[in-house]
Amino acid sequence: MAKVTIDGIEVEVPNGSSVLQACEAAGKEIPRFCYHERLSVAGNCRMCLVEVEKAPKPVASCAYPVADGMKVFTDSVMVRNARRNVMEFLLINHPLDCPICDQGGECDLQDQATAYGGQGGRYREPKRAVKDKYLGPLVKTIMTRCIQCTRCVRFATEVAGVPELGATGRGEDMQIGTYVERALTTELSGNLIDICPVGALTSRPYAFVARPWELRKTDSIDVQDAQGVNIRIDTRGPEVLRILPRVNEDVNEEWMADRGRFSFDGLKRKRLDRPWIRQDGKLRPATWPEALEHVAAKLKPIPGNRIGAVAGDLVDVESVFALKALMNALGSQNLDCRQDGARIDGSRRDHYLFNTGIAGIDEADALLIIGSNPRREAPVLNARIRKRWASGAMPVAHIGPRDIDLTYNAEHLGEGASALNALLDGTHAFAKVLAGAKKPMIILGRNAVAREDGAAVLAAAWALANQVSALTPEWHGFNMLHLFGGQVGALDAGFLPGPGGEGLAGMLSGGVDALWLLGADGFEPALIAPGTFVIYQGHHGDRAAARADVILPGAAYTEKEGTYVNTEGRVQRGRLAVYPPGEAREDWRIIRAAGIALGVGLPFDTLEEVRARMVAANPVFGLVDGRIAGGSQDVTGPQVSGSLSAETFRPAITDYWLADSISRASETMAECSRIYNAAPLAQAAE
Amino acid sequence: MSVAHQEPTSFTFDADSDAQIEKILARYPEGKKASGVIPLLYVAQKQMGRQTGSAWVPRVAMDAVAVRLGMAPIRVYEVATFYFMFNTKPIGRFHLQVCGTTPCWLRGSDEVLRACKDAGHLKGYGDTSADGLFTMTEVECLGACVNAPILQVDDDYYEDLDYASTVALIEALKRGERPKPGSVIGRQTSAPEGGPTTLLDIPMMAKE
Repeated sequence: MAKVTIDGIEVEVPNGSSVLQACEAAGKEIPRFCYHERLSVAGNCRMCLVEVEKAPKPVASCAYPVADGMKVFTDSVMVRNARRNVMEFLLINHPLDCPICDQGGECDLQDQATAYGGQGGRYREPKRAVKDKYLGPLVKTIMTRCIQCTRCVRFATEVAGVPELGATGRGEDMQIGTYVERALTTELSGNLIDICPVGALTSRPYAFVARPWELRKTDSIDVQDAQGVNIRIDTRGPEVLRILPRVNEDVNEEWMADRGRFSFDGLKRKRLDRPWIRQDGKLRPATWPEALEHVAAKLKPIPGNRIGAVAGDLVDVESVFALKALMNALGSQNLDCRQDGARIDGSRRDHYLFNTGIAGIDEADALLIIGSNPRREAPVLNARIRKRWASGAMPVAHIGPRDIDLTYNAEHLGEGASALNALLDGTHAFAKVLAGAKKPMIILGRNAVAREDGAAVLAAAWALANQVSALTPEWHGFNMLHLFGGQVGALDAGFLPGPGGEGLAGMLSGGVDALWLLGADGFEPALIAPGTFVIYQGHHGDRAAARADVILPGAAYTEKEGTYVNTEGRVQRGRLAVYPPGEAREDWRIIRAAGIALGVGLPFDTLEEVRARMVAANPVFGLVDGRIAGGSQDVTGPQVSGSLSAETFRPAITDYWLADSISRASETMAECSRIYNAAPLAQAAE
Repeated sequence: MSVAHQEPTSFTFDADSDAQIEKILARYPEGKKASGVIPLLYVAQKQMGRQTGSAWVPRVAMDAVAVRLGMAPIRVYEVATFYFMFNTKPIGRFHLQVCGTTPCWLRGSDEVLRACKDAGHLKGYGDTSADGLFTMTEVECLGACVNAPILQVDDDYYEDLDYASTVALIEALKRGERPKPGSVIGRQTSAPEGGPTTLLDIPMMAKE
């Protein structure tokens, strides 16, 4: 530790810290553009100059290491002069187009020019202009505004793992871009907009839409992947205008994936905004009382054990819990939330959770990925794996399709589950790497257990984890990576076949006469046996709604108070940012109303009561914003049934940009899919 | 500013270049091959000069360098666009690099420039002559101030130039000759003009 005095305040910071970090520890704000705490230090904007005692010149605090006994001044005449002059230089080539700039009002340069700049510039010569660059369908560029801080270059190279951005040319001709004018091949491109301190990189869908002070900000949770990224939903009136990530060190740091960030325009399209009833083979608009009476009339004659319910991937725990209560009250045990057919029995929570925790990746020292492509399934989590891998402390291997690009080097051990055998009997070299590691990690893709031999894959992965001592009282190295934000919550709520109940396959093949689909768009609706009475409750007119006999319009994740559990078992609350469109209602209320129509009163009338019941049923739901961490207390594996097949693992998400019902309704995402899935231009030399 | 040019669609190192690359890469330890990016870009530029008569580095050649060194293509683009020695656009058969920095300028680089314009039929810096023979660029100090002014033709320095000698040089290039590089007034390296002026009392020197 080094003792440093900042403006007379003495602080102790670890050796090797920068002066800037010491200043922050002392509560002094240091203006900066190029410095970003999650990126490498560039030291090229010079805005963070401070005075250090006995140093002849101001020093760039972001790149200057502390020394014991150092005295730093952050508000001396020298510092104020230096900042003013650096700002004058930065503004030489920066256009004064704040009134038409989308960054206006939340611009670092604007703020810092006001706080630390001078009165005006002395530069009278022509300013430079730079041609705009193409970075893809999501990031809009106005490169004349660029101040060459190179944050975007460092983000793309270090965090996103796609070294495609660079600074070409030199001096006044230096320009940021890809040089080849191709879209950045990353799922994290939206973060470039956040880290750009000026208006050079802005959001294309948000261009000229709103000013930050017009927006109402609601903290919520993203459900479009299972990471549970903390988000802020910016709304104006009844419209979601943009979605930004919030900082949560344990979940997403400060990053966010593109599908969650940019697919919100899908919330305005293809929406179910009123009930519909199928009459004479055609859907016709209806009122709520009509629809609920119709449901009641159809369901009442059917015995309870001939009614089934399937929960989708984006549902909140409240509605799943309410639907389970309704089904049980009707005498049905036919429940399933595993639309993909994942062989998860739900008997033990750590058999289906990402037990290490997302933050736990930072401690792991060997990683095996089985049947998963985290880059597509949870891009932000993948960036965290990459960060750990890049530190050199975590070798990575994967089993699955050979041609996937994870943005880091991963040894390919095989394409199918049978590759696990070579690890289990210790013949493969990577088995020794895992066994030799202190904190080995195994990530099992949810899709890897959604196949015939899923149970065997799950058991084998668990057995391997146990064998390489990944399951100790201090460390839990078995992880399942889920795909969507509602999946773990539904499992935690126990939305699984009860005693004697049918699973999804049984329900589809005629095991039930009536099927209640709660946002279940994850399977082919043509599989539903003909003659089954289908109730679709959800927010988008996606594939399942077309098969429905009754449509009950529900609320999307931005439109309701909902509890979601992310892949690591963290319980988080999404909040209502806008009201559901038209006649659509909060899902648990719809189910409660249906219960009344069916003559089975559910034991809750308010959200608080639902939540109290949820906690009573499963105490984990009471642990909001937290998760049960810690090692493995019981190394007993899941039940083994069948043996591993040689069948290759298939990618869980074939089109990242169109993976759920919201993004399938989004024009932005459709364009991304078109651009990114287009065959790449033939590269002769590559 | 820049006239659109045709980028070739492919580039592969020929046997000559491959032999040079092997020698170059032997200088760098395993895992540090990226350090060879500047020499390799030179090799690519030279090969283009041999093959097409225009020594420049097209993008496909930068890609080939990236593949050879196992680095991201953008890192090669950054280097190639940073250094003026790499031409990212096609140039003429001869690259006339006029030094205009203070010592050369004081010793008459303006005359050299005028001679290049007149004899090479060039409009100014950055221009390529209509016959495709010459491209003229202005360069910063070439480090041969002692024999200023300097004109660098491709890799060769021609020193102690004036208007007439520059014209003669360019006419010789047009005829396909390559005059001997160095001082055009015949002084040895950077020795004083007209023979030694100091250390004349040393017997060994006096003998000569």
